[in-house]
Amino acid sequence: MHSFNDIFETHNWGEVKASIYAKTGADVEKALSATKRTLEDFKALVSPAASPYLEQMAQLSQQLTLKRFGKVIQMYVPLYLSNECSNICTYCGFSYDNKMRRKTLSPMEIMQEVAVIKDMGYEHVLLVTGEDNVAVHVDYFKKVLELIRPHFAHISMEVQPMDLEDYEQLTPYGLNTVLVYQETYHREDYKKHHPKGKKSNFKYRLETPDRLGQAGIHKMGLGVLIGLEDWRTDCFFTALHLNYLEKKYWQSKYSLSFPRLRPFSGGLEPKVEMNDRELVQLICAYRLFNEEVELSISTRESPHFRNNIIKLGITSISAGSKTNPGGYAVEPGSLEQFEISDERSPAEIAKVIMQQGYEPVWKDWDNCLTYGVQN
Amino acid sequence: MLKIANKTFSSRLFTGTGKFSSSALMEEALVASGSELVTVALKRVDVKNNEQDDLLIRLKYPHINLLPNTSGVRNAKEAIFAAQLAREALETNWIKLEIHPDPKYLMPDPIETLKATEELAKMGFVVLPYIHADPVLCKRLEDAGTAAVMPLGSPIGSNKGLKTIDFLEIIIAQSNVPVIIDAGIGSPSDATWALEIGADAVLVNTAIAVSGDPVRMAAAFKIAVKAGRMAFEAKLASPVSHAVASSPLTSFLDA
Repeated sequence: MHSFNDIFETHNWGEVKASIYAKTGADVEKALSATKRTLEDFKALVSPAASPYLEQMAQLSQQLTLKRFGKVIQMYVPLYLSNECSNICTYCGFSYDNKMRRKTLSPMEIMQEVAVIKDMGYEHVLLVTGEDNVAVHVDYFKKVLELIRPHFAHISMEVQPMDLEDYEQLTPYGLNTVLVYQETYHREDYKKHHPKGKKSNFKYRLETPDRLGQAGIHKMGLGVLIGLEDWRTDCFFTALHLNYLEKKYWQSKYSLSFPRLRPFSGGLEPKVEMNDRELVQLICAYRLFNEEVELSISTRESPHFRNNIIKLGITSISAGSKTNPGGYAVEPGSLEQFEISDERSPAEIAKVIMQQGYEPVWKDWDNCLTYGVQN
Repeated sequence: MLKIANKTFSSRLFTGTGKFSSSALMEEALVASGSELVTVALKRVDVKNNEQDDLLIRLKYPHINLLPNTSGVRNAKEAIFAAQLAREALETNWIKLEIHPDPKYLMPDPIETLKATEELAKMGFVVLPYIHADPVLCKRLEDAGTAAVMPLGSPIGSNKGLKTIDFLEIIIAQSNVPVIIDAGIGSPSDATWALEIGADAVLVNTAIAVSGDPVRMAAAFKIAVKAGRMAFEAKLASPVSHAVASSPLTSFLDA
């Protein structure tokens, strides 16, 4: 099977990194003035050489985002279903070796959580679990989708990577979007961060978006966990991956996330720090490289940062998030996957969006657009 | 007056509801535009509880007709399913058929669009399909029972104007149904141009919603469309690049 791995194999991490750091102001200026930007332009835009051009990048990013998406920001919220996990990940609060009480929500508990989320006004929900093929397997997800579909206009999932057949089974149940982050494209460091469990298979994870494309998923989300490795290089590989997927699976939509490693109890300190200025640079570089891709920001970021990023290129935002299963109603005090930085309610965030002259959009999908989804 | 199916329109400016910074501003702009046909994406509204939907409530004017659109569907089957739901929920048999399986450039699928038009027309829908500026497809859609054709002027949301002008002129010359130029109109002068060449109407969204002052821009489009139609009816003088004083090639006939 041809997959992204074929392209990935032709790139060498060290060479890519060196070529990014070798970019000059002239390369950045060329990238800024181009009408269609290439991967080489993207390298220039994420390079240290682009730092003095940040305001110009932000203005371009804002214009391009307005043209494509208008003055709207989509609202979504995560619903953590389970913290059971058979992987060891050095940076994650749900890691197998992290001693904590494990929990997978029952149907009744899920509905208690749904009631709270619906009260906050949400129509778009992101289902999140650890990676455990026993506790949270395909049949569990089918049941959950069946249960919650009448209550949401749009359902996304961020769970373990699955086989093609699994995705094909889940789409008729109303699964619209799947997020699967590579964490890092640095193959050797990936092994260090994922020493045990199914997740230690780098290639299986790398080829997951291919399987999603083959399954005809409506939208998929890509990203790396910023802090594990050199973010500029990792994000180049994300852009390379996006470029490949868009051409091959042209019927799917794409979104990008840029989570920065957050502290959790007993966890890893980031190897590479990315400051706010650099995160803005990355968001603008993604937008300048791809005018159509959706860009999403979570509650990992601070209120000050989130308030000011709304107009710069992002298209969706979460608010009021809980990162523990049962966090909304069932067990509000249980251990979180990571600490969130912005604890403001969805209503408060909606107000901030409106104050900036944008409209918060709670619903941008309808099950009536997906023929064959069981109602 | 423009007539599509059983309805007549005094305004030839049709509008969309997306990309506005608030639904209040959308309402104000659409009222200023004088538009009598406003398209609404099914994905954006609460189809089931539409009486409480903020966007729909703001469009409740006697002069505004709703045109639900199927944006988001990828094939004829999905479009037909969505159209039926829209008819039931919003009590209109008008449907703007948008089948773009490509979510990046939002390019309409001609094959699925033709299939869906055939089916929906048979089911009694007033079908307005968003299509490429393809003259042959327009004739095939006419045969299928379409109420109008909506060719694009340039890629949707691009504000690039009438890049497909040569094909639009053929479509307009050949069409037995109204021709509405749907996408790419970026400025009032683009709209004027479209009406001048004989388009029956234009549909404008991004150029109004994303402008610095959507209400004033909507009013500008209202005037522009009127001017374009008036110029079309008054018959434009042909452009002549230089005066021709004598007839060197045919003067021998007078000898």
